[in-house]
Amino acid sequence: MSVLYYRPHRTSLFKYSVISLAITLASGCSSLGVQPWERDLLAKDEMALTSSPLDAALDDHIYFSKEASSGGKSFGGGGCGCN
Amino acid sequence: MQLINKKTPVNIKAALTIATSALLGTVSVAGHTQESQKVVEESSWDFDTAFLYYSESDRVSAAEAIINAKKTFENDQVLNLKLTIDSLTGASANGATAQPNVQTFTRPSGKGSYQTQANATPLDDTFKDTRVQLNAQWTQPLAQNYTGSAGVHISKEYDYLSLGLNGNLAYDFNNKNSTFSVGLSYFQDTFEPEGGIPVAFASMPLAYGSEEIDSGSKEAFDATRRTDSDDKTTADIMLGFTQVINRRMLMQFNYSYSKVDGYLSDPFKVLSLVDDNGIAQDYRYENRPDSRVKQSLFAQTKYHFEQNVVDVSYRYMWDDWKLDSHTIDSKLRIPLSNTSYIEPHIRFYQQTAANFYQPFLSQSQEIPEFASADYRIGEMSAYTVGLKYGVKLSDGNDLSFRLEYYRQDPKDAGHQAPGALKNVDLYESVDAIIAQVSYSF
Repeated sequence: MSVLYYRPHRTSLFKYSVISLAITLASGCSSLGVQPWERDLLAKDEMALTSSPLDAALDDHIYFSKEASSGGKSFGGGGCGCN
Repeated sequence: MQLINKKTPVNIKAALTIATSALLGTVSVAGHTQESQKVVEESSWDFDTAFLYYSESDRVSAAEAIINAKKTFENDQVLNLKLTIDSLTGASANGATAQPNVQTFTRPSGKGSYQTQANATPLDDTFKDTRVQLNAQWTQPLAQNYTGSAGVHISKEYDYLSLGLNGNLAYDFNNKNSTFSVGLSYFQDTFEPEGGIPVAFASMPLAYGSEEIDSGSKEAFDATRRTDSDDKTTADIMLGFTQVINRRMLMQFNYSYSKVDGYLSDPFKVLSLVDDNGIAQDYRYENRPDSRVKQSLFAQTKYHFEQNVVDVSYRYMWDDWKLDSHTIDSKLRIPLSNTSYIEPHIRFYQQTAANFYQPFLSQSQEIPEFASADYRIGEMSAYTVGLKYGVKLSDGNDLSFRLEYYRQDPKDAGHQAPGALKNVDLYESVDAIIAQVSYSF
């Protein structure tokens, strides 16, 4: 019995812990952050969340075609008959 | 001489600016150099281009080129236009198992056949496709702290058409240190494969129209086809949260929900139907469920050290095919000088199999409702290692090179292999090289 219920339980526990982590971070975020004049490093191109959009687009296409997962960072929808 | 060299990119930019503007109908086409120079000053489009070559040993190779044009207008309105062209050739696993003898398969069109040598994984070498994709995205502030974005997508291949729409709304708060975003996207795809769409689990018919003695007939081939074309829709919702942690660090969290409906099988994939000795008696076309719900959680962080920038992300994905996956992706950007850097890249990927994945069908068991032997939905791990080198040229343009190695290791999820199948590789690894050149001007 414990074997049967082990996996779903672990998966949902994992999901809830990630969601509650996100909520905790969101509620505690007002104490985080910087003043506008402290954005010197964050403003650099290499600190953008997607610093090389074309690399990301090409990678998405490769992994969408070769693996069963897609998206997450951006939309993982259709677009080609490659999968 | 040097002056001429320096001027060349400007002229390319001017020409592309005119071409882009002409397409949008914002300026009349004019070839005069002075006029083109003027257009550049007025509108200042930024162009990013990339060319990628992907090659698997003995299998598929693909070339892909992207040109992205971006223009920022007054009031922070941004227009982004992207053209992607790719071309695919080579052989792809058809789903059948290797055998101790030579195997013959009918091409998807039904006209002609191909053979696989003993103990080799069957690969269909029919694949040849060229795809053209266009994306347009408009982003603008809607009100204080609100940014909206909307885009369209069209992609056309010889046998495939994809149309897409997307919209996104972002809300900045906490002194723009926090951002919530919600995005929607919808795709409508139409698939019209060569030779039509096979009936689920129909036997692969004999090829027709050749001079061979045991040639089949067009009627027999058509009897295995259900329709000429079929559709697929994909609806995505994404919720995102971005937080600046401190002067050096920011984080992003996304949750995605994706519902795919329609024809989700691969019309080119079959399963071997084997007897108790593991010898293939027949090849049956695969059948997947006609809907799939995927969800994912994604987290990313970027940290600026004194010099280096590290980028680490993790994605957990799960779906109602009982497939789940973990992806870790990390990059470290190391400046070599004020104008150049290297960026090592490592990516790990691991997935469990879809509940209907099986490497072959067995004569001793009933044909299930759904089955596919496509290794891409089987248990698998994969990794990528790569290195990028980027340099800012003296004219301010960016040039970079990327070289990566990608390896997939399909795994046995506990399927008992009878007789001859014990001696062949049912889970062959795939190696690929990825090479890319990018230029921004």
